[in-house]
Amino acid sequence: MTASLAFDQIRLPPECDELRREVRAFLIAEIAAGTFDPHHPGHGDAHSKEFSRRVGAKGWIGMTWPKKYGGRERNFLERYVVTEEFRVANAPVRLHFVADRQSGPILIKYAPEHVKMDILPRICAGEVCFAIGMSEPGSGSDLFAAKTKATKTKGGWLINGTKIWTSNAHIADYMLALFRTSPPTKENRRHGLTQFLVDMKTPGIKVNPVYQLTGAHDFNEVVFEDAFMPDDHVLGEIDGAWKQATSELAYERSGPERFLETFYVLSGLVRALGDKPDIRSAEGLGRLVAQLHTLRRMSVSVNGMLQAGKEPVVEGSIVKDMGTVWEQKLPNRVRELAAFIEEEEGNRATLEEQLRFATMIAPKLTIQGGTTEVLRGIIARGLGLR
Amino acid sequence: MSESGSIVAETAARIFADLADPQEVNRARDGAWKGRLWQALADAGLTLAWVPEENGGSGAELADGFAILGVAGRYAAAVPLAETLLAGWLLSRAGLRAPEGAMSLAPARPEDRLVLNADGTLSGQARGVPFAKEARHLAALAGSSVALVETAACRLNEGVSLAGEPSNTVTFDSVKPVAVAPAPAGLNQPALMLMGCVVRSVETAGALEAILEMTVRYANERVAFERPIAKFQAVQHNLARLAGEVSAAMTAAYSAADAIARADTFDDVIFLEATAAKIRSAEAAQEGAAIAHQVHGAIGFTNEHILHRYTLRMLSWRDDFGNESYWAAALGNHVAARGADEFWPLVAAC
Ligand SMILES: Cc1cc2nc3c(=O)[nH]c(=O)nc-3n(C[C@H](O)[C@H](O)[C@H](O)COP(=O)(O)OP(=O)(O)OC[C@H]3O[C@@H](n4cnc5c(N)ncnc54)[C@H](O)[C@@H]3O)c2cc1C
Repeated sequence: MTASLAFDQIRLPPECDELRREVRAFLIAEIAAGTFDPHHPGHGDAHSKEFSRRVGAKGWIGMTWPKKYGGRERNFLERYVVTEEFRVANAPVRLHFVADRQSGPILIKYAPEHVKMDILPRICAGEVCFAIGMSEPGSGSDLFAAKTKATKTKGGWLINGTKIWTSNAHIADYMLALFRTSPPTKENRRHGLTQFLVDMKTPGIKVNPVYQLTGAHDFNEVVFEDAFMPDDHVLGEIDGAWKQATSELAYERSGPERFLETFYVLSGLVRALGDKPDIRSAEGLGRLVAQLHTLRRMSVSVNGMLQAGKEPVVEGSIVKDMGTVWEQKLPNRVRELAAFIEEEEGNRATLEEQLRFATMIAPKLTIQGGTTEVLRGIIARGLGLR
Repeated sequence: MSESGSIVAETAARIFADLADPQEVNRARDGAWKGRLWQALADAGLTLAWVPEENGGSGAELADGFAILGVAGRYAAAVPLAETLLAGWLLSRAGLRAPEGAMSLAPARPEDRLVLNADGTLSGQARGVPFAKEARHLAALAGSSVALVETAACRLNEGVSLAGEPSNTVTFDSVKPVAVAPAPAGLNQPALMLMGCVVRSVETAGALEAILEMTVRYANERVAFERPIAKFQAVQHNLARLAGEVSAAMTAAYSAADAIARADTFDDVIFLEATAAKIRSAEAAQEGAAIAHQVHGAIGFTNEHILHRYTLRMLSWRDDFGNESYWAAALGNHVAARGADEFWPLVAAC
């Protein structure tokens, strides 16, 4: 293995310009109608049934999927434009985002046809919410320590155990979860986990809220007690879930949401600085803009390579590592750069509020979806060090 | 990279591999290798790649020239290839014929100004002109005129860069140019500096690519505590961070090069691309050099090892054509002047 990295020079294709105009017009209308406030930091984390339905009606959920499942067969760079414009506008995408980004693609690859025909069109319509059930009290970074057990029974499986930190479980219709169907083997400790589609209405599933340090209720504990999963809800190979996460992971890691989660503090800074910042703030702002631009060009590159059928696994992990570290530091940098802004009527109030929120949520950015340390391990492996 | 770009880059790579192997260059007692390398580069038409054939060059595309510079960065060879390319570009934009031999260009700092006097002579001072001492000619931008000047007609100080290369203050005391022509519309001092920024960014990205390869290889070879140091997680994470910095420099630099290669004017998008490339590649040079040296331990701190050929060179490139602090302030002011609502649209236009 060589230590060479590839970031192809990808520009968004011309069809993206028209789409971007359409998306911006849609968002402006939603803001005008009072659906959300682009400057209110919490709104990007919120969910809105009505909003997600209207996004679905526009054809912007599952937009890369086959038409027979409700998709639009558009390319990944078009999806990229929709995702980044929604993030930057701080639109409430929580309800449909996970399904759009990762659950749908997994179903397309591994679910039986009738399940796909049932669920995928409803995802595209913005009607269903998905949760991800991987972490457990004794299994976080070490995914393969998962214990929640699936025991074979007639026509399906009985599930017992506990998932934790499950975002959206309290509003989700479905969960994609990893359950233990066999013990690990001596040769392969990753063996024995199977991916399941879980209908959250199944009897025997209890969702308990876990409140975050912000006071918000986003994630949960999910307890399974003899919850029955039919055979056709097994996704892919029994005991072989470890083989199934390859290229999807690169999508999951490299999107614009991996560096734009606290973007509002940067635009808030530009607003608060006014048109004549002092030299210190100007320099600091310029560096942040250069870093943001670079991250975005890296992320577009990875998505373009994926669209072209390549598997930029290391590059995708690099985008997530650098992007999340950057967006995590951003509130601190912005706070420093805003320190000497002359107090004028109201020019700081919004920024203070944005900083408060961003500073509180910052720690999660380098933990959720795989920690910095785990990502660096993956990058190191890709470089040929392990 | 365009198809012709990759052919040109392969030619450049072959020449550098044959004549500028970093180990041999580092061991060389004299500069004889420089003459041989320069001759081969010139014979292949690489030194005047950005000069059209009718003006004495090989008429390659902008993208081809940037591809050459990426390769040059990977060898960090101490010859004024980038400077000659840039000088040739400046001259030919004004329709001037490019002379043979090494060139550099002035000014090389955004704050320095040269003026064309009424009697046709040039006055002013340009600091930090890279390789001026080794260049037969200088291409100069004075207001809205481009001039070709013999270096011997100017006063040079003995400055050297961090990497020990000539970096001279060049004083023009009513110097009579060899040729003068008006600069085309849009080619002003900021545009020249931005072009220089992108050139340095591309070289830095190339150097960082080589540094990553070299450092990963070393980590797999060097044994401590009875295993390759690559097996230690702390070392792995340092190298993962290095890979991130290399990725950032490559992306920012090649993106800016691509943008300039396609653009007709130095507009707002080019301004963002070029300044971001200079800022981010300079930051990457700084972080990357520190990590690479850390992983190499003492051997990397020796004169005998080639690591310094890369690290010191790219650290010194930070200062050419405006350092990253200068351009960060300029970019910050630019974004502030456009206002918050026009901020994201600018980023998304790249
Ligand atoms: C806001 C939020 C939302 C989440 N949503 C979901 C969700 O929807 N579904 C879900 O399944 N999970 C979810 N998670 C859980 C998340 O995936 C885990 O928190 C993450 O994988 C880390 O696991 P852990 O918290 O158990 O930490 P641990 O694995 O215990 O790690 C603790 C620390 O040790 C480090 N560490 C662990 N192993 C190593 C190693 N081998 N080398 C070096 N360092 C190591 C980690 O990097 C970390 O710094 C969410 C988490 C957060 C914060």
